[in-house]
Amino acid sequence: MTQPLTLFDKIWAQHEILTAENGLSLLWVDRHYIHEGSFQGFDKVDARGAKAARPDLTFAIADHYVPTAPGRVFTDASFKHVVQQLVDNTKRHGIMLMGLDDPRQGIVHVVGPEQGLTLPGLIVVCGDSHTATHGALGAIAIGIGATEVSHVMLTQTFWQKKPKRMRVTVDGKTGPGIGAKDIALSIIAKIGTNGAQGHAVEYAGRAIRALSQEGRLTLCNLAIEAGARTGMVAPDETTFAYVKGRPFAPKGAELDRAIAAWQQLPSDSDAEFDTEVSLDASQIAPVVTWGTSPEDTLPIDASVPDPAAVDDPDKAKQMQGALDYMGLTARQKLTDVRVDRVFIGSCTNARIEDLRAAAAVLSGRKAKVPGLVSAGSTVVKHQAEQEGLDKIFIAAGLTWGESGCSMCLGINGDTVPPGERCASTTNRNFRGRQGPGARTHLMSPAMVAAAAVNGHLADVRPLLQGRA
Amino acid sequence: MDQFKMQPFTRLDGIAVSLRRDNVDTDQVIPARYLKVPRSEGLGDTLFRDLRFDQNGKARPDFPLNDPARKGASVIIARHNFGVGSSREPAVYALVDYGIRCVVATSFGDIFAGNAVNNGLVAAIVTTEDVEKLLSAVEQTGRAEVDLGEQTIKSGNYVVPFSIDPARKVRLLNGWDELDLTARYKSQIEAFAAKDRAVRPWAVPAG
Repeated sequence: MTQPLTLFDKIWAQHEILTAENGLSLLWVDRHYIHEGSFQGFDKVDARGAKAARPDLTFAIADHYVPTAPGRVFTDASFKHVVQQLVDNTKRHGIMLMGLDDPRQGIVHVVGPEQGLTLPGLIVVCGDSHTATHGALGAIAIGIGATEVSHVMLTQTFWQKKPKRMRVTVDGKTGPGIGAKDIALSIIAKIGTNGAQGHAVEYAGRAIRALSQEGRLTLCNLAIEAGARTGMVAPDETTFAYVKGRPFAPKGAELDRAIAAWQQLPSDSDAEFDTEVSLDASQIAPVVTWGTSPEDTLPIDASVPDPAAVDDPDKAKQMQGALDYMGLTARQKLTDVRVDRVFIGSCTNARIEDLRAAAAVLSGRKAKVPGLVSAGSTVVKHQAEQEGLDKIFIAAGLTWGESGCSMCLGINGDTVPPGERCASTTNRNFRGRQGPGARTHLMSPAMVAAAAVNGHLADVRPLLQGRA
Repeated sequence: MDQFKMQPFTRLDGIAVSLRRDNVDTDQVIPARYLKVPRSEGLGDTLFRDLRFDQNGKARPDFPLNDPARKGASVIIARHNFGVGSSREPAVYALVDYGIRCVVATSFGDIFAGNAVNNGLVAAIVTTEDVEKLLSAVEQTGRAEVDLGEQTIKSGNYVVPFSIDPARKVRLLNGWDELDLTARYKSQIEAFAAKDRAVRPWAVPAG
């Protein structure tokens, strides 16, 4: 009788080369994604006078520092330098680069799945914390630091302590206007930004199964914001249909063989998890963040919390500090919070479905504030243009930009000016995340569109009435 | 010559600062605009840049590291969930280049904790009760003694135990690089790769 296993356990076992005396496992890496920020990893490899061990399993994409304003012009020589470093580093090590001028360019966590590089059953690593995104296909996807990047480049392996397993079950059916982002932020609000620390999270339940592949990518993207090592969704027909026909995905008989293997991956029905969390999808409202941590999430009809109601003086002081930074007053209604600009983009919410959701709200309406729309990849950008979504954004008064990480962290120069408030589809509302002094409110693409139309944080649902 | 080689850590008696904050994210430890700076230039000045200095570059007097009495600090006592967020290893470089050798908190971001050990920085986990004691103690004494072998932190009259993953402890004590360990398993890795290619032929990129 074999022990029942989780999805995570099964993939882990298939990749475990050995377990050392110290209890750590050496794992095989199927895909290593690299971006401009990986230069420190290259520096470490070069310091050893070595070369990448498996350039055929390593894929580089320019995303963090590329210009995303229309026209793609570098605004600072230092950004261009970092992008050029990636060109030089990948060339020297024989690694494929989807660079600035490549039609497949985009954000690494959008491009990997889109190109069929990320597949169920793989172990995927990248020197970026949002790597968990790829787990949405039923892979183990782990964000790593620069030293680990160099280790993977040199050995195609990495060391990990086996994490605990957490299952987050979202049963029931979400209401209209509720997106994967609302589910993900509601989970973080419930368990906190370290609620899943030391755990690999599997998202399960009817509401998760009902999500499209794009929605699952958004959900797993935010696993790191709950502190998880990784987030994943069991592969199913939705996954297989998504993978089929993508450029780097298996084809023909090889695909059939792969699907047969992938069908064995879902957690056994009697598999045990170290921690169980459950949410009722029908209770999830459209949410926004008010503070400087993703756990500072509330339904849009709520009010800003009051530090005076917090017992711990240090916590109250920290909450007051967050309100001061955000320019908010305790007990102020969230729908009274005016915004200065909006941003639709990032590895969290810039796939075609996200752009469609925002466009459905903005169609025939005007935004009261300026904003940038940056598609998650150049492929998504072209698809959106074929569907006429770009015209909807432009007619609403927003800027239709190019693909990259853009205003999510602003290191390409696209920042939110100091003191300005931005309704954003991104993943982090940390102080200064979108630029020094920038104030970020996280929400779904539909909710960002609603904030644009109203000029303040707003419930998207009334704007959807009479629209599909 | 590997300029990034990590140094062993055994004991440390140094100046300590208290950082009474939860969820100190890596964007606070080093703002993203400094990530393109090469390590060879040193990242100590970028540590907590926007918490330490205002937009005009003027030091904020209320930020603990700006206290003249805490100049040369090597230990930081924070609260809950330090190093959450981005995988940026420069957050650890900024701490180490500034002179910090140990951060104490009740929990750490997973990736941050991994990056810390790869650079000889001790991420010491203490209980919520003990962290409050330590915060108060270092505010009084200005110092802390960290003993990695014994897994204790002492400040004034307080001695509190800390926890750390045993494998990480051994690496820190010896200054061992993970790559040196991995090199011992070269043949196992090669054997695995060959077998895996046959078992999961679909796992390699097509096209």
